Amino acid sequence: MSADAALALGPSSGLSEPVRLPSPVTESRLAQIALIAIAVAFLAFFLLLPLIAVFAEALRRGVNAYFASFTDPDTLSAIWLTVVVAAIAVPLNIVFGLAASWAIAKFDFKGKSFLLSLIDLPFSVSPVVAGMCYVLLFGAQGYFGHWLDSHNLQIIFAIPGLVLATIFVTFPFVARELIPLMQEQGTSEEEASLSLGAGGFRTFWSVTLPNVRWALLYGVLLCNARAMGEFGAVSVVSGHLRGLTNTIPLQVEILYNEYNFVAAFAVASVLASLGLVTLAIKSGLEWRYGDQISAAHRH
Amino acid sequence: MPQFRVPSAIPGFGLTYGFVWLYLAIVILIPLGAVVLFASSLGPVKLYALLTRSDTFAALRLSFGLSLIAAAVNAVFGLIVAWVLTRYSFPGRRLLDAAVDLPFALPTAVAGIALTAIYAPNGWIGSLFAQGSVWASWFGPLKIAYTPLGIFVALVFIGLPFVVRTLQPVLSDLDKELEEASATLGAKRSVTLFKVVLPTVFPALLTGFALAFARAVGEYGSVIFIAGNIPGVSEIAPLLIITRLEQFDYAGATAIATAMLVLSFFILLLVNLTEAWSRKRLGHVR
Amino acid sequence: MNRRFALRIAAALALAAPLIAGASPAMAQTKLTNVSYDPTRELYKEFNAAFEKNWKAETGETLRVQVSHGGSGKQARSVIDGLNADVVTLALASDIDGIAKATGKIPENWQARLPNNSSPYTSTIVFLVRKGNPKGIKDWGDLVKQDVQVITPNPKTSGGARWNYLAAWAWARANNGGDDAKAKAFVGELFKHVPVLDSGARGSTTTFAQRELGDVLLAWENEAFLSFKEFGEDKFEIVYPSISILAEPPVAIVDGNVDKNGTRKAAEAYLNLLYDKEGQTIAAKNYYRPSKPELANPEDVKRFKDLKLVTIDKDFGGWKKAQAEHFGDGGTFDQIYRPQ
Repeated sequence: MSADAALALGPSSGLSEPVRLPSPVTESRLAQIALIAIAVAFLAFFLLLPLIAVFAEALRRGVNAYFASFTDPDTLSAIWLTVVVAAIAVPLNIVFGLAASWAIAKFDFKGKSFLLSLIDLPFSVSPVVAGMCYVLLFGAQGYFGHWLDSHNLQIIFAIPGLVLATIFVTFPFVARELIPLMQEQGTSEEEASLSLGAGGFRTFWSVTLPNVRWALLYGVLLCNARAMGEFGAVSVVSGHLRGLTNTIPLQVEILYNEYNFVAAFAVASVLASLGLVTLAIKSGLEWRYGDQISAAHRH
Repeated sequence: MPQFRVPSAIPGFGLTYGFVWLYLAIVILIPLGAVVLFASSLGPVKLYALLTRSDTFAALRLSFGLSLIAAAVNAVFGLIVAWVLTRYSFPGRRLLDAAVDLPFALPTAVAGIALTAIYAPNGWIGSLFAQGSVWASWFGPLKIAYTPLGIFVALVFIGLPFVVRTLQPVLSDLDKELEEASATLGAKRSVTLFKVVLPTVFPALLTGFALAFARAVGEYGSVIFIAGNIPGVSEIAPLLIITRLEQFDYAGATAIATAMLVLSFFILLLVNLTEAWSRKRLGHVR
Repeated sequence: MNRRFALRIAAALALAAPLIAGASPAMAQTKLTNVSYDPTRELYKEFNAAFEKNWKAETGETLRVQVSHGGSGKQARSVIDGLNADVVTLALASDIDGIAKATGKIPENWQARLPNNSSPYTSTIVFLVRKGNPKGIKDWGDLVKQDVQVITPNPKTSGGARWNYLAAWAWARANNGGDDAKAKAFVGELFKHVPVLDSGARGSTTTFAQRELGDVLLAWENEAFLSFKEFGEDKFEIVYPSISILAEPPVAIVDGNVDKNGTRKAAEAYLNLLYDKEGQTIAAKNYYRPSKPELANPEDVKRFKDLKLVTIDKDFGGWKKAQAEHFGDGGTFDQIYRPQ
């Protein structure tokens, strides 16, 4: 790898210093180029290549085969189901994210660090465990299994289970985008608004929300991309009924297992494109409203 | 005795605070509680026996070990990427910046299948190291997919954005006066970087490292396709949970899940405490 | 003003509530759910269409058969956890035993309710090798030759893999004068040649065919035939070992569910059709060995080679025993991977 070469080049700045008098707070041009090269190579190698592979495999048999992949009714219903699940899970997480960021950023109370840890918890819980805990609760052998059965309710292996698993894994996204930004912004604007006689909700609606709207949008986009792409947790609670409880990622797996590789990657490319659109919008937002999102750049 | 909450003129604390706990309880805490409850009903002796079974122990060791290495690699390269993205301007910087979020946006199963296609012995990169390649004629063939190395690649993939996104805001808010002062006092640039910049961003680096680590430990979708799944060699803990479930062994599955949960929570708690501590120590660094 | 915000949240929750509670208000009678194992996708795609037509002709009702495919163990687990299956068509009897034991929705004697141990079709385990058989693989003994790599799924999660495992065991036992210890050593050696353990039969076939890993795939006979169709005749060859196992993928009605769903009649008709001329023909066409070959198309039946087959009941004392002995906690499979 070029890493060794780059490290060797790093301290060579001594030579050019007397001539160009570079800023004392940046590296030599050579070191900069080397670092940039490392970063580009690393990202290309680990991140861009898989993305390119998805599209390359999807288009392997040409554009017609690509589009023919979307005529399968099971695939279409998988796409529809994914949209439905995300349409329920994401708004719920938005409400939660707003409430959580309001409580945490605008007030000082004991145990805030603990609460933040709890909100972050789903990031570090294995999606498999997330799916499993709903099985333990709502499965036929689970804690509520008998009660649900006697009331003829089905949670896992049906839409509610998929929604719950999706909410679980996307839980922190909106909150995590909003909290740091709202902490940064402090409470002075809200206090001013209140002292001018506006009510709590009005203050939230016309002062706080506009201040964080771009970060909120970005959080929603990330939350949505993850909601539509979740595999592990959803796989545990899905039951894999064709055309009924298969979301897009599960349909990708099914097509892959049917040796229908072009279709599998074609459907996968829909999700990849969704990811790309998300990133494009995000970049656009940052370019225009950079300062309003920058504080929220942590996960 | 300090009171629970600092008084404030802003309304809505009770409502939002209450809602946060309610939602948290319904969606996260009660379900996770069910896992812990189920595990505790097994009793400590059985739990211990389940966790020290050789394949369980090997899977946990593999998951935590590989995640540590992957997070460490991500910490090093993530720091370089974050530094390049915040400090330098060059063509394509914005594109690169956007690409960092790819692992968040790309579904894990898709990433897993794509990574397998690339790193399998007949894939784009896998073939460069497989039997008959230039590499193989010098060093012998190197298998990437279906080995722990393949798992490592997948874990690096999903962990990178955590490090970069944690570091970026800290780096961009870094006070340049410190660096100037260091330079004025005659320190070489490399000395300034290692003695002034690195200590300042270290807490954030640690946070990013821990988040990447925590995510890697639990990762399933992108790993199972590329892992060889050989017990004791390339079988990760989340896969073992699934295997146990499919053997109708709920006790075994729950035991592994609980072990992973407890470890993850402690890691995160540590992270948030470190963050709070470093913010106090260094003042406002964000 | 607070209240308005609260109202909004309440409204949002109220909107979501019916979706969460609404669930699936009892699967309608016009649906029949078949929960099956991995390689039967093509078989049931064709058979379901035939059954739907048949049912319409007989009763005038429009019925839709819903299927779910996956590793046999995973599918059984889903039914145990409440997946509303009317019939299960799995890879091995022990998975249906598992459902019967855990839920009580299937009576213990289920396997005696239908002919042929409840297996309307059978299959066996064969070797799929690369064209021209470059490693010269003829029988089980060749699999442990030095540079041979073997692809098989994980017996813990895949039904097919358990048949693979037992077939290898049966061969080694027969070749060592019935010595189980030597059979165990052979199987242990065999798994040292396995570089990847996918969780299902389909994953293994993909690894072997698409990723071009390994020299021989231990596969269901039907999967081996199908891979010709999917990947091209010119890529692989089938090798029949001297001994294999009679793999009986059983079917059963999930009594507890059909009575609740009111689908018993349809479920019975569904399974009966499998044993009938139409079902047997479709099974044979999809490379499953029909239990009544006289009903199937003779052209299809001709493809199946006569083999020396051991059976699970005679040679391994039935699934209950074999499952615990070989694939349960600390069974012979676990021992293979236990560090010495």
